[in-house]
Amino acid sequence: MTLTGWLQALAFFAIVLALTKPLGLYMAAVFAGQRTWLSPVLVPVERLIYRLGGVREDEEMSWRVYAICVLVFSLVGLAYLFVLLRTQKWLPLNPQHFDNLAPDLAWNTAVSFTTNTNWQFYAGESTMSYLSQMAGLTWHNFVSAGAGIAIALAVIRGIVRSSAQTLGNFWVDLTRACLYLLLPVSMAFGLIFVWQGMPQNFNPYRDVTTLGGVTQAITGGPMASQEAIKEFGTNGGGFVNANSSSPNENPNPFSDFLELILIFAIGAGLTYTYGRMANDTRQGWAIFTAMALLFFAGFACTYASEAAGNPLVHRLGVLGPNLEGKEVRFGAAASALFATVTTDTSCGAVNAMHDSFTALGGLVPLVNMQLGEIVFGGVGSGLYGMLVFVVLTVFIAGLMVGRTPELLGKKIERREVQFAILAILVTPVLVLVPTAVAAITPMGLATLGNAGPHGFSEMLYAFSSTNANNGSAFAGLGPNRFYNLVTGVTMLFGRFAVIVPVLALAGSLAQKRPVAPGVGSFSTNSGIFVALLLGTILIVGALTFLPADALGPIVEHLLVLQGKTF
Amino acid sequence: MIRQLGVSVRLTIVSVIVLGLIYPLAMTGLAQLLFPWQANGALVTQGGRVVGSAIIGERWTQARYFHGRPSAAGKDGYDPTSTGGTNLAPSSKKLLDATRAAIVALRNENPDATLPVPMDLVTSSASGIDPEISPEAAYYQAPRVAKARGLALASVNGVIARTIEGRTFGILGEPRVNVLRLNLALDASSASAGR
Repeated sequence: MTLTGWLQALAFFAIVLALTKPLGLYMAAVFAGQRTWLSPVLVPVERLIYRLGGVREDEEMSWRVYAICVLVFSLVGLAYLFVLLRTQKWLPLNPQHFDNLAPDLAWNTAVSFTTNTNWQFYAGESTMSYLSQMAGLTWHNFVSAGAGIAIALAVIRGIVRSSAQTLGNFWVDLTRACLYLLLPVSMAFGLIFVWQGMPQNFNPYRDVTTLGGVTQAITGGPMASQEAIKEFGTNGGGFVNANSSSPNENPNPFSDFLELILIFAIGAGLTYTYGRMANDTRQGWAIFTAMALLFFAGFACTYASEAAGNPLVHRLGVLGPNLEGKEVRFGAAASALFATVTTDTSCGAVNAMHDSFTALGGLVPLVNMQLGEIVFGGVGSGLYGMLVFVVLTVFIAGLMVGRTPELLGKKIERREVQFAILAILVTPVLVLVPTAVAAITPMGLATLGNAGPHGFSEMLYAFSSTNANNGSAFAGLGPNRFYNLVTGVTMLFGRFAVIVPVLALAGSLAQKRPVAPGVGSFSTNSGIFVALLLGTILIVGALTFLPADALGPIVEHLLVLQGKTF
Repeated sequence: MIRQLGVSVRLTIVSVIVLGLIYPLAMTGLAQLLFPWQANGALVTQGGRVVGSAIIGERWTQARYFHGRPSAAGKDGYDPTSTGGTNLAPSSKKLLDATRAAIVALRNENPDATLPVPMDLVTSSASGIDPEISPEAAYYQAPRVAKARGLALASVNGVIARTIEGRTFGILGEPRVNVLRLNLALDASSASAGR
């Protein structure tokens, strides 16, 4: 590790920290329907969208109606993308004449982008028409992110409203998230990305004879416009197979830095939005602090391991950090930072190949996803995932001192704890069961890219990533019908089997009337609470996944130290 | 349910038009207006002929040019239509065999090299089209390039030193050398030396 490597991470974090309050305030204003500086331009557009969409702006929704809207809208988007991918051959903007996607791949991809996962069993540059990229994938990047933010807002309202039956209006929240937040920032950063070197065109691929005398195809496409929302909406689906390691999607360290900031920005800002709406900003900062500690712990571990390098390669007489599957312009530090950030959130974009990380360097992304991506997290999903852990923490704290647990003065009772546990149980079921099935079936083992414990890690990573709607991969694992279908199911349930109980939890909390805090009340904005919250997260995560992780990265690390290869 | 379905379909159509069509088209228009060179792939010319992209790595074979890193993109490497890395594990026998072979090949190509073998020249990049190498990797190859061009080692090293890009703002990323830019600078300096 070097000082500059750490300075890079600290500079990144300082900017995220500085953005948290202004962005959080902006979001609080937008979702309360207050005027912001973009209102003069956007209010007419917003009204027009409501008119065309048949949306009644002042309608309030119960948690059930809110959840139905999320599900129906997602289903329509899923069907639309499936049809688009199955018909792209006959549609315009396909200069490379790419064929339609096979049904199982179209299913996997449609689910993947609907659920904000962006797991990719295809290579964009040789599969996707420009129309599919922009009208299909870029569009999903916006609305799946917007839906996540909307749900987070609904959950916050559930916590802060008193004796209420409703959580807001999904269509309005979705529209405002896309229009006031995602679109303007994507436009600004998209242009900065082009300035930094990212292509933005509709050109067919062009064969050039290089200086060295070989023929090379220069690819194209509307990349920068997709790149901006890919990061800001924590989607992570690459325009090309190599994702943000490709210089087309990430030309230099500055573009890399901006991408990292975009990934964390909304998740960090929402913690402030939460505190603001709860009329106690320390509530938000407490959550922010827990997240920040987990971020630095993850980065330190990945960076130390990647900077130390692969001892088996060192034995061949070449010293230095692990650069297999990394780009020179990023090196160990920026690659470790990106891997940590992209799995702290549900982004899943990569600027280096996680499959080639050292065993412990690859363990961190895996654990980040298994903990549920609650470190700033996916846009919206990070906050509501963390709030589930908050509910669980106050419940456990209440048990320890023998008092009724409370969150912001509201009693946490059986119903709330049941919904919270239901949401938390989704992850182990959808990760461990399919991994076990894959490990004992020929189709599950058929497309592994590596042998030995690392092969197991590839399967575990695939289901950890798809369940958590991350989308990054140990990409040596190849697609086949088994993985296309099963990861489709884990992505779908990983998203919606969490959203429904979380909204039910919010609906239940909304109905309660807060009571004034007494002397025995346990405050949820103190240092003790942060420590308890971290303890809850880590204990739940460790109890659930340590045995599986031990079979993969941990045993691989020990065997590499002994010089064993596979 | 039916009403929600109706709103879903209508909002999907409206938002696909706004976010899936107008947004990327408007961005393309703005990009072509403001940054046409970057927006069209950052193409680089030599003597009026397009010889590649400033941001995309190329496959180099001749001794007189600096070479890039091993690449897993496509059959011969450096294929932008098939980007990606080897995805080999740190414990992979294949990875260690490939690294060993790369070390041998590198030593054979650079018999006069005196510096330690640089890590980036024996490991595959993530994208397979990494346009850059470390400054150490450039200096490592300098004796071979100088010999092939009949130049003094010092003058080749001078071209390298002028082409190195430092960390952005002093802290972001790593110091590096764009191989195409280095080779173009070398061609330019060879041409001026030959005049």
